[in-house]
Amino acid sequence: MSYLSIRDLELRLKGGGRLLRRVSLEVARGEVHGLVGESGAGKSMIGKAVLGTLPRSVEIVSGQILLDGTDVLAMHPAARRRLIGATCALIPQDPLTALNPAHRVGPQITDRLVDILRWPRAKAEARARELLAEVQIAEPERVMRSYPHELSGGMRQRILIASAFAAEPKLIVADEPTTALDVTVQKQILKLIKAMQERHGTALLFVTHDLGVVSKICQRLSVLYAGMVVEDTDVRTFFRAPRHPYSRALLAATPKYTDPTHSLTPVPEAVIATVRAEVAEADRRAGA
Amino acid sequence: MLDGRGAIQHRAGPRLWLSALWLGLLVVLALGAPWIAPKDPLAQDLMLGRLPPFWIDGAEPGYWLGTDSLGRDVLSRILWGARLALTVALVAGTLTCLIGATLGLMAGFLRGASDLVISRLVDIWMAFPPVLFSILLVAVLGPGLFSIIAAIVLIDWTRFARVVRAEAMTQGAMDYVASAQVAGRGRIGTMALEILPNVLPTIGVLLTLEMGIAVIVEAILSFVNLSISTDAPTWGGMIAEGRTSVHQAWWVLVFPLLALFLTVLSFSQLGEGLKDRFDPVLR
Ligand SMILES: Nc1ncnc2c1ncn2[C@@H]1O[C@H](COP(=O)(O)OP(=O)(O)OP(=O)(O)O)[C@@H](O)[C@H]1O
Ligand SMILES: [Mg+2]
Repeated sequence: MSYLSIRDLELRLKGGGRLLRRVSLEVARGEVHGLVGESGAGKSMIGKAVLGTLPRSVEIVSGQILLDGTDVLAMHPAARRRLIGATCALIPQDPLTALNPAHRVGPQITDRLVDILRWPRAKAEARARELLAEVQIAEPERVMRSYPHELSGGMRQRILIASAFAAEPKLIVADEPTTALDVTVQKQILKLIKAMQERHGTALLFVTHDLGVVSKICQRLSVLYAGMVVEDTDVRTFFRAPRHPYSRALLAATPKYTDPTHSLTPVPEAVIATVRAEVAEADRRAGA
Repeated sequence: MLDGRGAIQHRAGPRLWLSALWLGLLVVLALGAPWIAPKDPLAQDLMLGRLPPFWIDGAEPGYWLGTDSLGRDVLSRILWGARLALTVALVAGTLTCLIGATLGLMAGFLRGASDLVISRLVDIWMAFPPVLFSILLVAVLGPGLFSIIAAIVLIDWTRFARVVRAEAMTQGAMDYVASAQVAGRGRIGTMALEILPNVLPTIGVLLTLEMGIAVIVEAILSFVNLSISTDAPTWGGMIAEGRTSVHQAWWVLVFPLLALFLTVLSFSQLGEGLKDRFDPVLR
């Protein structure tokens, strides 16, 4: 049975349009599930809905989010926060703003173990050192005593990864965890996430623009357009024979899978028109 | 693996030290006024009216900065006036800061209804011209230390609320807030433990500036005779008196004015200095 299962999730802007259109997806234990789609498609919204960090302007209209069979949307907010704190974690996009500049690095990793999971402080600190070593940080002791602004972007992202895995969560949402880094660092960080995920057997919901990245680390993926899942399949099938014309166009637009000497092919107008029509059809049916 | 930013050292700079020095000295003098002041600040002696400061012919020993038209010792009055000025600065500054910063933090981070109410209130408040407003308030409340402080708090909390709100909004959009939330921190906990420490330097700078403003407001109110009882020594009151006899006895005007000027300048320089010192580290 899958660990995370989202069923017919419908989000809308308060007093505005639909943001997610009956999104369903399943992530099995230890599986990496990619979420791709153009900017504004609603990828981050899915992650935020799962973690309970949706902006106030967004409301959940209907649907379920099951974590190991429990519908978190039906839970009392405080209980839900505790459950999510204990079982899920986030690897955020921007390492520069994802660590609190006012606090030292060490407490930022350990506080959550101590406050949420009630670990003794000494145990939490030992755990933090162990994890920092695991993400290949040379002097964990010194780094834990540093303030974030004293560390480079790549190091901060490693720390965030260590921090995400610290409580042995069952599910991690990684929202474009490498986009803010330089290309050379991106590769290392991606490898690191993959290695950590495999070693810890964590399920990963991986938001990205980059199909190349998906092919490297995901087992399954969902393609989103305007808040609608247009294709949900395993990665092999997707790269061999994408079913939806929008998926095919996305694949064609990814440099690695076409002749690298050619410039990017934008998604053709005709394809956009097709998905738009599907979205309109879905809206019409939802309205009816 | 420190990157360059970690190593930047900011020199405190002379203005930070000079202003801290003046304010420190003033605090000591104000606290010690009962022992340090050479004369009774209220004692009048018409025989000793308008004595010049010590270096000018005709000065009396013991009256270092001369006397006013009623024969009261200018230095002693300045020292006792400093007590009032600093009390107002400290109490009014702190209260303004607590109220304004709390409301600003709530509006900026919690958003929603609290933001709506607080921001609207700030807008309405800002529509009043502040000095007029404060004079009006004290006129209504009646003069006295309490009214001065109330007037300052009522007028200036918006300054804190606005700036802190903007800062809290910026901080609230950062990823570390989302991470804290995922880790199970509640909204109030996030506000107090994650956002507040990042807004604190700004609040500190505003507080220092506010203390300078409080000193000016107190002086203005004393100047227009709306401060505490009329013969109690206040800088503003001394300036008002000194103004009328500036041709016969300039020192009655100049010394309190100088004390006021240096104090206000020091508060604002301290604020600016602190801002320079703290800003780059946290950005
Ligand atoms: N705080 C917010 N309030 C209201 N609407 C928002 C907010 N954040 C995002 N949106 C809207 O929700 C939609 C989905 O946004 P989302 O952030 O999920 O996109 P995304 O697929 O993650 O895009 P990107 O690749 O640019 O991160 C967009 O149309 C966006 O305009
Ligand atoms: Mg996004």
